[in-house]
Amino acid sequence: MNNKKKIFLSVLPATVAATIISMSTGSMAADSDPIKVGVMLPFSGVYAGLGESTRNGLKQAIKEQGNNIAGRPVEFIEMDTEAKPARAPEITSSLVDNQQADFVIGPVHSGVAMGMIKSIKGKDSIMIIPNAGANAATGAFCQPNVFRTSFSSWQTAFPMGKEAYDMGYKKIVTMSWNYGFGKESLEAFNESFTKAGGEVIKEMLVPFPKTEFQSYLTEIASINPDAVFVFFAGGGAVKFVKDYDAMGLKGKIPLLGSGFLTEGTTTAQGPAAEEVITTLHYADALDIPKNKHFRQDYETLYGKPADLFAVQGYDAGQLIAQAVTATQGNTSDKAALIEQMEQLEIDSPRGAFHFSKSHNPIQTIYLRKVVDGQNTVVKVAHENLEDPARGCRL
Amino acid sequence: MDTSLFLVQLLNGVQYGLLLFLIASGLTLVFGVMGILNLAHGSMYMIGAYLAYYFTTLTDSFLLAFIISGSIALVIGIIIERFLIIHLYKRDHLDQVLLTVGLIFIFNATQSFVWGNDPLGIEVPELLSGSIRLTDIVEYPVYRLFISLLCLLVAATMYFTINKTRLGMMIRAGESDRAMVENLGVDISKLFTIVFAIGVFLASLAGIVSVPIVSLVPGMGEHVLISCFVVVVIGGLGSIKGAFVAALIVGIADTYASVLLPQISSMSIYLLMALILLVKPQGLFKN
Repeated sequence: MNNKKKIFLSVLPATVAATIISMSTGSMAADSDPIKVGVMLPFSGVYAGLGESTRNGLKQAIKEQGNNIAGRPVEFIEMDTEAKPARAPEITSSLVDNQQADFVIGPVHSGVAMGMIKSIKGKDSIMIIPNAGANAATGAFCQPNVFRTSFSSWQTAFPMGKEAYDMGYKKIVTMSWNYGFGKESLEAFNESFTKAGGEVIKEMLVPFPKTEFQSYLTEIASINPDAVFVFFAGGGAVKFVKDYDAMGLKGKIPLLGSGFLTEGTTTAQGPAAEEVITTLHYADALDIPKNKHFRQDYETLYGKPADLFAVQGYDAGQLIAQAVTATQGNTSDKAALIEQMEQLEIDSPRGAFHFSKSHNPIQTIYLRKVVDGQNTVVKVAHENLEDPARGCRL
Repeated sequence: MDTSLFLVQLLNGVQYGLLLFLIASGLTLVFGVMGILNLAHGSMYMIGAYLAYYFTTLTDSFLLAFIISGSIALVIGIIIERFLIIHLYKRDHLDQVLLTVGLIFIFNATQSFVWGNDPLGIEVPELLSGSIRLTDIVEYPVYRLFISLLCLLVAATMYFTINKTRLGMMIRAGESDRAMVENLGVDISKLFTIVFAIGVFLASLAGIVSVPIVSLVPGMGEHVLISCFVVVVIGGLGSIKGAFVAALIVGIADTYASVLLPQISSMSIYLLMALILLVKPQGLFKN
């Protein structure tokens, strides 16, 4: 009895104090303290262009709020990841532990994403991935405080398998760089193509980042499949599409790909990209009002056309704005924020989406074709596609 | 693999090897004569490519762009040698590394600032577009054959210059005994300027001719630099003949490995390098 009373008496003041502190920080947060948003993107190196677009989109979304969410200004803390996985833990912990960022936006590169997730696990910050597509980020390594506004590799390639079969292709050669994103894309394609009744007769993996494709193209010509499905992105995608055309394969063996094959690359690819068919969760020419407004504003702000990466950054910004508005500016209670984020519907330029249990967008995938240098939408390949989130226990 | 396919792959390998030679030749020439290891060699390849892109879009003529870019590259080479490299001859290799790595950063930043970070490219010039039918199923792009011819021409010119001309005589002398050449009254500083400018020109030339078939991206110079080093090390540092043979070996090995041994193709050329260095630690043609 005596003991219990003692404990009660000693616990009571602590509880009261804790309540007062939490109330005061609650009201302080709703006050005018800035919302701290760490930005971890590649601003130099091969992926610098992607980092720049993502940042532009993110800032556009915050600007639409007048740089002020629920009465609180937004403070950006920008860090260059250089797309180097080795740098990820150090930068993440400096943002999370030293700067006490409420949100960390990043990265572009999947290798960096894995390093970030390990460092942010169990911490009092929310990570929003605006690009990196590694399945595991919202699969085996999923975390309560990690969201993704982009895609999983699986989502971008899975619908193409069935589409390819429906187009009448039975035997297909697949090809990509020998790294995570590429292999995951080929697997997802294989999964739905085989299920539909097709056969992948050869899988070619090119060492990353090699772009000398002649020997592989010679082999494709000799195998002469019904079609070819590939994953390449950026500079490699430009070179592959041009080489494919130069070898005279384009007219004979149709080229299919994950959308990154023709994303932000068609100007450099020129006529070689015409007629190439891909699947992705966005297309520049997507004919919905939100997309048109977004693209117009983006061009006014930055003097160049928006791209997919800008859309994904923009949605990360929208996610923050809507979630913090929903909690009336309170960012100290991360569990409440996360609960809001899980329920939100994001009015994205790609079409509205919400999050799966594993925090990946449930989104529509489009079948696209390059016409006059632009990715045009042929049709919806898969409506509201949800990643299977293999290995996630959320 | 049937015979015709085997031969087409051989052509692929030779063609890749010749391009590797074009890129690597300048690096090994500069090292052989001047003892300077120019780590910014890949940057010269990149600058050549971006200049050619810029002038092609400006003038609408690849040939004109070729001539202008090549000339600018020579001037860049002269400037770098006269104002920067000149301070290095009496210093050790670490200082060379510091300077030339610094140059990589400067050229990369310049590239990013002037041309941005999106991938760029141009079309193959009309005259050289199209492809030639090799077998029933395989066609070959004319432009790639053109590059191979150009590389052979460069190799032949280098061979002739080094073995049959006065400049070549001085280069050979400079390679074997620099002090003696100087004592014989040859203006070694002028020789060095010429050789360095030629080295830069060769790297840029590789960049220029590649523009229609590669994509221009930030950091493209660093990628070629690695293959370049493999070629130069296998051939023997400083040996032009070695670089030629090594480039062909690497090109062919890489091509067949990617088809026949795809699992190890990423390390095939490094394995090859390790094996060759086991037998010949100085490379194939080191005097």
